[in-house]
Amino acid sequence: MDFGFGINRSSTIDLTKTDNGLFRRVCSEEPGARTCMACGSCSATCMASDLSGMSIRKVLLAMQRGQDIRHMLSKCMLCGKCTMVCPRGINTRRLVLTICRLYD
Amino acid sequence: MIYEGKKKIWSDYQKEIPDDHWYYVRSCIRQNFFPASERMFTEITRGVLGRDIYETPHHTTCGGIAYHCDTIPQETAMTIVARQFALMTEAGYENYAPSCITSFGNYAEILETWREYPELEAKIREDLWKACRREFKKPKCLAHSSDLIYHWRDEIAAKARFRLVDRETGDALRIVEHIGCHYAKMFPSKGVGGAEYPYVLAGMIESWGGQVVDYPERRHCCGYGFRQYHVKANRGYCVGNTVKKFESMEPYHPDAIITNCPGCPYFLDRWQYVMAEQTGRTYGSDGFGIPVLTYEELAGLVLGYDPWDLGLQLHQVAVEPLLDKMGIKYDPQAKYLGVDRENLMRPQLPEHLKCF
Ligand code: SF4
Ligand code: SF4
Repeated sequence: MDFGFGINRSSTIDLTKTDNGLFRRVCSEEPGARTCMACGSCSATCMASDLSGMSIRKVLLAMQRGQDIRHMLSKCMLCGKCTMVCPRGINTRRLVLTICRLYD
Repeated sequence: MIYEGKKKIWSDYQKEIPDDHWYYVRSCIRQNFFPASERMFTEITRGVLGRDIYETPHHTTCGGIAYHCDTIPQETAMTIVARQFALMTEAGYENYAPSCITSFGNYAEILETWREYPELEAKIREDLWKACRREFKKPKCLAHSSDLIYHWRDEIAAKARFRLVDRETGDALRIVEHIGCHYAKMFPSKGVGGAEYPYVLAGMIESWGGQVVDYPERRHCCGYGFRQYHVKANRGYCVGNTVKKFESMEPYHPDAIITNCPGCPYFLDRWQYVMAEQTGRTYGSDGFGIPVLTYEELAGLVLGYDPWDLGLQLHQVAVEPLLDKMGIKYDPQAKYLGVDRENLMRPQLPEHLKCF
């Protein structure tokens, strides 16, 4: 029967079954990534964000949740605007490059 | 569940519940969803327990739904509530018992706001006077109607004809208690047992012979959430919440769910049909769902009322498996006969969820 709506999947993840190795490897090279407070300033200022869904905030969250981030990373233009607004002073542009290098 | 720990928390959150003389106000939606529940409340409290429960036909909505759907400002809801308090004052009562959890939350929030901002209370008093020339006293005690049944639970148990016990095995029935979010999550001190482990329904279950099911998503919302449900595009999110609850409780094989909110029993009951139609999943045994009852309906069952007089034929999930376990006799042919044996007509049965 068509109700006109489906059932949204839960976004809960089981951390005991999640591989967040990439996040840990990234943090060992870019410890600042751990200080992200998910304010979203980077996403708000990103020119690619609106059109492509790229968001540093989401990338950091998805890595901790062991989720795929390729579709976001490939949209970054490395312009560095996000680095200028991050209140935690995270070098987000370099973070993108580090993640790309460590991504296997 | 570490029972001693819960008992300690429950004892920290006990509230004074006067034993008699209550001004009772009905919910806007419960009589449509579960038509016999509120009538059963007055019948049990007045007829069986002999208490003074007063109602007035002048009572209106408390404005809670509109407030929580962001369609009226809080000052408007406050003025509506001020008028309800004026009706209580005029009737000579001091104890106020709403039947709706959202109303209860709304009243608690307004009284708390007035306590912190007396100038706002003064303004609302002035607005009420300008609007309808009424004045009011604030209730001495505000309690949800489930608090009252909780308060009188042992009196009901003493008069019970049936217990929450499996007649065949002698085991206590496993009952999930689901508390409406607005009961104690906003003001934990206003609910019996606090926000994390409200004891209001658990106390009834234990007193009437059942055992409470403790499961991981016990305090999760039923999924209704007002503006989420009312916007059709968001309903997948509502039912997604309900799926989460059922997936979490299913391994504990509950025999029934009881609730104290208008929306929760409706959504926990009706969504079982939607979930079954969309995924083929059912959560009870043998293709049935898990019966969902209001606490008044459960009180009516243990006191020996006829299940069809309690309106249980209007539930989506079949209640017969629960009645059979409790040993309650019922006439299957009378299921769809209403008051004065008027034919209510048999509904079309769902494809995946087993019903009668
Ligand atoms: S560097 Fe990348 S993520 Fe940062 S603002 Fe530019 S495009 Fe967006
Ligand atoms: S601006 Fe900085 S702190 Fe804020 S979400 Fe982006 S990376 Fe995190």
